[in-house]
Amino acid sequence: MGIRFILMVNKQGQTRLAQYYEWLTLEERRALEGEIVRKCLARNEQQCSFVEHRNYKIVYRRYASLFFLVGVDNDENELAILEFIHLLVETMDRHFGNVCELDIMFHLEKAHFMLEEMVMNGSVVETSKANILSPIQLMEKAS
Amino acid sequence: MGSQGGFNQSKEFLDLVKSIGEARSKAEEDRIVLSEIETLKRCISEPDIPKRKMKEYIIRLVYIEMLGHDASFGYIHAVKMTHDDSLIVKRTGYLAVTLFLNEDHDLIILIVNTIQKDLKSDNYLVVCAALNAVCRLINEETIPAVLPQVVELLAHPKEAVRKKAIMALHRFYQKSPSSVSHLISNFRKRLCDNDPGVMGATLCPLFDLITQDVNSYKDLVISFVSILKQVAERRLSKAHDYHQMPAPFIQIKLLKILALLGSGDKQASENMYTVVGDIFRKSDSSSNIGNAVLYECICCVSSIYPNPKLLDSAADVISRFLKSDSHNLKYMGIDALGRLIKISPEIAEQHQLAVIDCLEDPDDTLKRKTFELLYKMTKSTNVEVIVYRMIDYMISITDNHYKTEIASRCVELAEQFAPSNQWFIQTMNKVFEHAGDLVNIKVAHNLMRLIAEGFGEDDDNGDSKLRSSAVESYLRILGEPKLPSVFLQVICWVLGEYGTSDGMFSASDITGKLCDVAEAYSSNETVKAYAVTALMKIYAFEIAAGRKVGMLPECQSLMEELLASHSTDLQQRAYELQAVIGLDAHAVECIMPSDASCEDIEVDKGLSFLDGYIQEAIEKGAQPYIPESERSGVLNIGNFRNQDHHEPSHGLRFEAYELPKPAVQSRIPQALLPSTEIVPVPEPMYPRETYQTPVTPIPSNPSNAGSAELKLRLDGVQQKWGRPTYTPETSTSNSTSQKSVNGASAVNSTRETYASRKPQVEISHEKQKLAASLFGGSSKPEKRPASGHKVSKASSHMVEKSHVPNSSMEVASEKTVPAQPPPDLLDLGEPTATSTAPSLDPFKQLEALLDTTQDASAANGATAASRSPDVMALYADTPVFLHNKDDADLLSGLSNPSVTNMPGATARPQLTQSSSKGSNPKDSLEKDALVRQMGVNPSRQNPNLFKDLLG
Repeated sequence: MGIRFILMVNKQGQTRLAQYYEWLTLEERRALEGEIVRKCLARNEQQCSFVEHRNYKIVYRRYASLFFLVGVDNDENELAILEFIHLLVETMDRHFGNVCELDIMFHLEKAHFMLEEMVMNGSVVETSKANILSPIQLMEKAS
Repeated sequence: MGSQGGFNQSKEFLDLVKSIGEARSKAEEDRIVLSEIETLKRCISEPDIPKRKMKEYIIRLVYIEMLGHDASFGYIHAVKMTHDDSLIVKRTGYLAVTLFLNEDHDLIILIVNTIQKDLKSDNYLVVCAALNAVCRLINEETIPAVLPQVVELLAHPKEAVRKKAIMALHRFYQKSPSSVSHLISNFRKRLCDNDPGVMGATLCPLFDLITQDVNSYKDLVISFVSILKQVAERRLSKAHDYHQMPAPFIQIKLLKILALLGSGDKQASENMYTVVGDIFRKSDSSSNIGNAVLYECICCVSSIYPNPKLLDSAADVISRFLKSDSHNLKYMGIDALGRLIKISPEIAEQHQLAVIDCLEDPDDTLKRKTFELLYKMTKSTNVEVIVYRMIDYMISITDNHYKTEIASRCVELAEQFAPSNQWFIQTMNKVFEHAGDLVNIKVAHNLMRLIAEGFGEDDDNGDSKLRSSAVESYLRILGEPKLPSVFLQVICWVLGEYGTSDGMFSASDITGKLCDVAEAYSSNETVKAYAVTALMKIYAFEIAAGRKVGMLPECQSLMEELLASHSTDLQQRAYELQAVIGLDAHAVECIMPSDASCEDIEVDKGLSFLDGYIQEAIEKGAQPYIPESERSGVLNIGNFRNQDHHEPSHGLRFEAYELPKPAVQSRIPQALLPSTEIVPVPEPMYPRETYQTPVTPIPSNPSNAGSAELKLRLDGVQQKWGRPTYTPETSTSNSTSQKSVNGASAVNSTRETYASRKPQVEISHEKQKLAASLFGGSSKPEKRPASGHKVSKASSHMVEKSHVPNSSMEVASEKTVPAQPPPDLLDLGEPTATSTAPSLDPFKQLEALLDTTQDASAANGATAASRSPDVMALYADTPVFLHNKDDADLLSGLSNPSVTNMPGATARPQLTQSSSKGSNPKDSLEKDALVRQMGVNPSRQNPNLFKDLLG
């Protein structure tokens, strides 16, 4: 499975994007987000970008006011996931130009579309920014 | 703000997003969302909503669910939207549906038709959108509805479609492997796709397939190796590069696959050596992604058939990781070290200090990872230190999930490697005290049995010392305010059995404490039951010893309360206690023999004590009894015993007697499983129990000598009663305490047990001899299966040591270690021994010989001192996350990714002097001296570590 969920949460702990690759009920999601956000936001910059939580790990990275948290299985390569987050941010940056929290909020569906291109069945399947963005650009043109 | 709020978005939507963004608290956010729900419920069902408007509504629904509220009222509209002609509207519809619905939702069936239609579309983007939905929504039942089309799409001219089709098949495989078992060849075919993206995606299903069945894919080793080689040589298009690394995510996936294929396969592994070696050389060690690939190389190298050159490269990378200032790299280094020490245990040695630093680090993640490493490298020489540390950490955390895990690891290590019983008991006490309710009850039973049986040698003195110290420690621990129920059960049992046995404590001391326990934990019936039975034992021993029993007033009031208890179990116990107190010394001694909890209970199934009575009856003209087997003339004893096992259909007579049997027998196989986990699992079982079986044939029992012809059947019975191993209570004189678990039926069996104890004969001497022969011979300190802990404890010098009453950790480690070479990482006793040794001369000489040593250690000291300011300086220099606090752009630091990624790079030169290449003897001497130095002069970095050794 690899990636179990991807969350974007601001530093107040408010969810800005949530994508789960295994089904959780609304209550479970709420509880999980509460727990891990509390855990990750309490950590400082020198500490590891990885946190073990129950039977999986969370790899997280902070960009300005926004935290990107990725829940992965225990045998996943944490550093690679950390760079996957960075790739995601680079891709959004290319699309939005200096991406910020509000861009993601106003274009939630586009952020999701990018994720749909990058991750399927919990695995990273596309890492070329051009390939990730081209369907989105084509759609925008068509509409 | 140009990109925020496109031209197409309504003011309503912009306002909603803004107000959510500006919400200062969760409560405020909830208020906004709740009013939004009301608005949407009203608007969304209006007729003739324009598409664009509807799309916005759906995104607002997504917001509602994302923020934790139910938006199910709008699901149907999202489903409807998937029918739309406009691509972007359709895709938004699919997106919302995948976010809202799980694959078993009723609405899915409405979408399948749309998906089928869209999979046939001429517009490949529509097909892609449908394939995305397929990956999220199709369940086992609906796979056949789309499978043919998905397979067709594997040959689609657009690579994006082929890639998604492969992933759809992958999803089908995950959901129901049999549904695509005939299509597996497609995965192999797509591995050769012209497009690297499709090839990369194909690695995902192949990885799963290979995990399931390695051998069917050995033929692909060559292909994987050649692909990896091409990737590493930058044959793929630049588009797949990431931070100057060629397709690193594909490299990582390939390395994972090679690790599987090469595991334990020399031939396959040999094909991989060259390419893995190349990647070691080519990967950019100054970027995160380069290090990610290097880490994966280490994983691969430690999984495939070992190659010395690659192991060297791996060790180099690990030492670089560990010396880095980046916690992330340290974490990866510790993990990698844990993998590599399985193959080359010696490499841990050179990283001792780095590992200890990580253990001392305040960062919890790093600490846990290090504990995982320590757990992997525990052996009998370092178990005390490691378990001590683990328990310390266990006490300090509140996360029950991890607490359970680390407690179970402590128990496991203690059982495997315990140097002495005394240590084992102390360790268990600590685990129980601090994580008692998370520990499996079986662990408690094992502890009780251990205290009861002692060392398994003919050393009664040692046994009684052990018990006295257990009693003493328990009396002390009882002073603590709140103890876990499991631990209290152990305490009560031990106090009952051995509280007064050494004469140190009077019966009134112990009974007073037991009454306190029953009172303080009055809501816990199990603990109360244990306490009452313990009271009964104490009084029984007193009566048997001919002393006058004076019941304490609090005990009397407790009894009065329990005699009227609503719990039949407690009431029963109270009445039994009352009855026992009324008996004379001889009778009491028979029903409650002292220290007999481990004696085997003999059951005279032949009922020979009735012989006289029968004889009398026959003489008076009664018919002799004819066993059923003889009556029918067909059934031999073997059949008879088969019936014993299970065939309740055979006749009333059997049913009545067999009832308790299945329960016992079903437990015996369980008990044979060696396991020490904390979560309820089959019971851990030690040799101790199994050797009881040989004892059980009762040749030594003179009272049974006359019933030799019944021997065969006696065996069967012995299994039932004589091998009471699944819980100590059944075998013990206090088996009443089991009633609380087993319910009323157990009461009867207990009575039988007590009754049949009477003709019992002491065989403890024989048992002890057997134990001695079992345990005495094996003094190997090496790791053994969990069931062996008592065996290892019996190793002679260890036992001797544990006789020292106050064998604290320090004493123990000092005693054991000097004799040993210091091979393992945490042989912490070693530096201690040095520091406490009367003379430091050898090392002074060594230092004189090696002038550099001084420098090295001095430099190291300097590093240690300067390290933290340096870190701060580094972080001041690196703008990584800090500089753009103004929220404007997330990525303004991106222009300089190398700085971002490698905070440790600049710091590395400082640390090189503490590096140690094992190859150079002079270096290793230096390092040795350095280690000793560190041991003698506690550095500021980890004062705690040395405190417990020097203290």
